Amino acid sequence: MKDLKVDGLGMVYELPKGGSVQALHDVSFDLEAGRLLTLLGPSGCGKTTLLNIIAGFLAPTSGSVTLGGDPITGPGQERGMVFQQGALFEWQSVAQNVAFGPRMNRKKRSETNELVQDLLSTVGLQGFGDKAVYELSGGMQQRVALARCLANDPEVILMDEPLGALDALTREKMQGLILKLWQETGKTIILVTHSVEEALYLGDRLFVMAPRPGRVEREYELPFAEKGLHVDPREMKASPEFIDKREELLSLIWEMEEQIMGHEGAMS
Amino acid sequence: MSVVDRLTGRKGADARKTVTFGDASEVRGAPLWSVTSLLFVGLVWWWIKRGPEPIINDRTFPSMRQTWDAFFELVDIGYRRVGLWDHTWASLWRVLKGLVYGVVVGVPVGFAMGLSNRLRGIFDPIVELLRPVPPLALLPLFIVWFGIGEGSKVNLLFFAAVWIMVIAARAGVLGVRGSKVHAAYSLGANKWQILRYVILPNALPDIFTGMRVALGVCWGTLVAAELTGTTTGLGAMIFAASKFFRMDIVVVSIIIIGVIGVAMDLTMRFLEKRLIPWRGKG
Repeated sequence: MKDLKVDGLGMVYELPKGGSVQALHDVSFDLEAGRLLTLLGPSGCGKTTLLNIIAGFLAPTSGSVTLGGDPITGPGQERGMVFQQGALFEWQSVAQNVAFGPRMNRKKRSETNELVQDLLSTVGLQGFGDKAVYELSGGMQQRVALARCLANDPEVILMDEPLGALDALTREKMQGLILKLWQETGKTIILVTHSVEEALYLGDRLFVMAPRPGRVEREYELPFAEKGLHVDPREMKASPEFIDKREELLSLIWEMEEQIMGHEGAMS
Repeated sequence: MSVVDRLTGRKGADARKTVTFGDASEVRGAPLWSVTSLLFVGLVWWWIKRGPEPIINDRTFPSMRQTWDAFFELVDIGYRRVGLWDHTWASLWRVLKGLVYGVVVGVPVGFAMGLSNRLRGIFDPIVELLRPVPPLALLPLFIVWFGIGEGSKVNLLFFAAVWIMVIAARAGVLGVRGSKVHAAYSLGANKWQILRYVILPNALPDIFTGMRVALGVCWGTLVAAELTGTTTGLGAMIFAASKFFRMDIVVVSIIIIGVIGVAMDLTMRFLEKRLIPWRGKG
């Protein structure tokens, strides 16, 4: 198991009309293997940029990211990715989607088939292997995306608002699935979300990020994800500690949004 | 929805909708009206040719009876010692060849243009300049270059098809969602695998649409291409017959061209449904 080390990360986007935007400024943190980190913040705070740098899709303008001591310079299968939606291959069946990684690595077909069946039952989709992905509901499609990502047995799973497009009930169920997978596989997970509740419930670490420049504004160590594995999620989310934290975060983000609005008002 | 409602195209019959004007899901056509419109065309045809002194004489337009007879004459003995089927097949074969060459050349060029700035820069002026040129404008050149026979015809059809295929393939490549490519890289795919397993299947619906359009355009260009230098093909048949005022044969040829055009489009749509069921489902 490998730790993730983010050191002095900065990202500046040049704007086509001139000028630049500081999407990330001096972001540093260590993430021990097996943690579940959630990134929360208003739009423009650089959380997706941070995720894309760790995934290797973007090269930072300054600083570095290492996984187990190895610098990250591009995408790699030790860092799996789950997108919000539309990243499944609609020309392939559910099973073929899940088998994509092993197939690209030229793994033996029989072993892959076995793995795919295992993973499909892990995410609750046994018997759906031959379906086309577009025949599945949004929640089931995200289950496929999770299984596909797990098929390569990555060290880290990066999730970019994976449940953002789902309805509230499905979303809650899927949160449970993510916690279950986290517990069973012991993988490191970094999850970007817009939902305060989701960030609190899933994260055993949580960063609240702030914009202009994009940075980590506050860090939390949270007990809910660990407990959430054994307790009813509704009960958990209705508990006083949870509500306290939720209100604290909401007012923090609310303040940030106000500042952004004020800033933009002053600019125009 | 009752059968009668379906055939006459009554709106809102099964969903009990109160407003249907502008509701795209309610407009699917009305087979009964289609039949009626065909019958009406027949009626007009019959009316302009009725009696011993018809409004339009035989030299200008044949009667239905003459057209019918001409069709069976063509089926039985062919035209100018070439059977009807051979004329038709000659035309189809030219179109098919032109289309295949167009796809074989156009798709890789379109892919190159969608994948590389340099190749996009190189091909862009050529494609953009030649694309709007009507293929027939090139016929004189092609006759000089490729001879008066098959060569100039097939090349002309290739010219008609290739730009459509270039644009379609390029659109297919550019239409791939970034997250799909990213996902594939994160799953360990290399560049070649990205091209083979993500970009190509993602572009197939667009390529197929391009083929459908190109097939139609080729079919439409063909008749003019067969104007000179051949004695076979539906186009050649039309021009030969027109010289002898055999308007009945001209009309039969036109109807055959129309029917085959429709049949080709239906075939392509059928194939599309079978081969690319994921179209528009991404």
